[in-house]
Amino acid sequence: MTDRTDEYTGANDRADAAAIQEHYDVIVIGSGLAGMTSANLLARSGHKVLLLERHYKLGGLATWFHRNGQTHIFDVSLHGFPVGMIKSCRRYWNAEVANKIVQLGCIKFDNPQFTLSTTFDRADFTRLLIEKFHLPPETVSQFFDTARNMTHYGDEKMTTRELFDRFFPNRPDVVRLIMEPITYANGSTLEDPALTYGIVFSNFMSKGCYTFQGGTDLFVKMLREEMLKNGVTILTNAPVEKILVENGRAAGVKIAETGLDIPVPELGGRRANVCALAGKTIHAKAVVSNANLLGTIFQLTGQEHFCADFIDSAKAVRLNNSSTQVYMALAEGETLDEEVCGDLLFTSVAPEFKTDLLLSKNITSRTFSFYYPKTRPQIAEARYYAVASANARYEDWADLPAEEYQAAKKDLIETTLDTFEKYQPGIRRKLAFVEAATPRTFRAYTDHWAGASFGTKYEGLAVSRALPNALPGLFHTGSVGIIMSGWLGAVNYGVIVANDVDAFLL
Amino acid sequence: MERLEIREAIIDILESINPDEEYDDLKDDVSFRQQLSMDSMDMLDIVLELRKRFKIQIPESDYPKLDSMNSTLDYLAPLLADK
Repeated sequence: MTDRTDEYTGANDRADAAAIQEHYDVIVIGSGLAGMTSANLLARSGHKVLLLERHYKLGGLATWFHRNGQTHIFDVSLHGFPVGMIKSCRRYWNAEVANKIVQLGCIKFDNPQFTLSTTFDRADFTRLLIEKFHLPPETVSQFFDTARNMTHYGDEKMTTRELFDRFFPNRPDVVRLIMEPITYANGSTLEDPALTYGIVFSNFMSKGCYTFQGGTDLFVKMLREEMLKNGVTILTNAPVEKILVENGRAAGVKIAETGLDIPVPELGGRRANVCALAGKTIHAKAVVSNANLLGTIFQLTGQEHFCADFIDSAKAVRLNNSSTQVYMALAEGETLDEEVCGDLLFTSVAPEFKTDLLLSKNITSRTFSFYYPKTRPQIAEARYYAVASANARYEDWADLPAEEYQAAKKDLIETTLDTFEKYQPGIRRKLAFVEAATPRTFRAYTDHWAGASFGTKYEGLAVSRALPNALPGLFHTGSVGIIMSGWLGAVNYGVIVANDVDAFLL
Repeated sequence: MERLEIREAIIDILESINPDEEYDDLKDDVSFRQQLSMDSMDMLDIVLELRKRFKIQIPESDYPKLDSMNSTLDYLAPLLADK
């Protein structure tokens, strides 16, 4: 057995602390998938890169956790790689990472309007829309083509609802089929620009739904090894307090005096160690923030360093919603019926797909991700897990007094189990462990404002892109603008920003 | 650099980005996107690679000039004249 202590205290990474230099070409703040991808590419291009992560683990929301020692392992959001992840991982990471991306065979929907299973590709959606939803084949094909031709430079005014009204008027059942998975993937709604829908739909619902065989822990471990190979210096337990601004340019960072106060269940509740560089300043020619966009501008940098127009546009950026999740582990020897559950199950008791219902604390729609032993073939005694996700509003959870908060969490778990019982009768007796995460959990874990689990609405992309003009040397990458959200959006935006930084450093 | 040299370098870059494609019959006057399965990330990789090899800056507003082999060569030739 390996020594897990190192993994959870960042001791391995802290061993580098003594070797940390005073100057880097680039400092990347935050090790979400976009931050890691930027760090990796910039190091690969020959730049001296320092990656700082406030948490004791790399990955941001690309994460996993253990419970009951190492008995259980939960993946937070592993299922749902778009096919493009294979190409992006091969090119910007390595072939070994790409080769572990495998297709999920069965995606299920169950709601008052329809019940179906799909392989989640254009051919199968076309078949379903024609045979089961009785749409004319030309409408279906025109819709797919229209979505595919939508680009970032298209009409920003048309909403997704208007797009659907054009192709599928008075067909709330069709809207649900083609919208529910997108909402699961990036939190977007019918009110968001249609081009964000078109781009994400074409990437996500065209050639199947994928996952990473080996689990999120192996994924992040392989990315970490590739970064180290390319010369990235990695430091965990290193929260950045301020981005240094000197002579109107971003010039480095100051690491906070105190580390995160997050208990590490894997260490029996002990606290992660504080970074050896606490309180130190480190200089760099460029700083890439993979922190939340608003946190980057208003908290890490400070609005006094920007012009009024930029601050106005930043203040107008709406954050995307947060989430709740319920993590369930089956007891040893207990199994899930793969035929019944599938890999992903979009389940709802709401009569129709509606944005306000999706965000309501009274949850009607849940997405279950099922993790079978095949998720981690490397573990001989791997168990069965289910993770139920729902979108949520931070403000519904933020100010609950302790008792009410605990009661709300308990209710979240019980109502989730009630739903689960419908598909796997007797599931309560089969479970060995259940835990819930709320928007407050997301906030604490990622430090994203309002616990945003999908970055910002569309306008955030323009502000993120404009940041280096507003303050030379400062770049932002991470979930923004809906289209740069999710697994593929994060990797690709990390590449786009690395390209900008590389040009800046030339 | 001569036009022919630049063309060879572009083909080399395209091959490194999309090794599965066939480049022998590439038509220089037709858009890359029409002949090859290229997306916006591929374009970005071309820009990144050009910068790495030739130390030239290509602003985002100029990306549309990299549409076909001919338009790319027209754009790059003056930039690479003394390289």
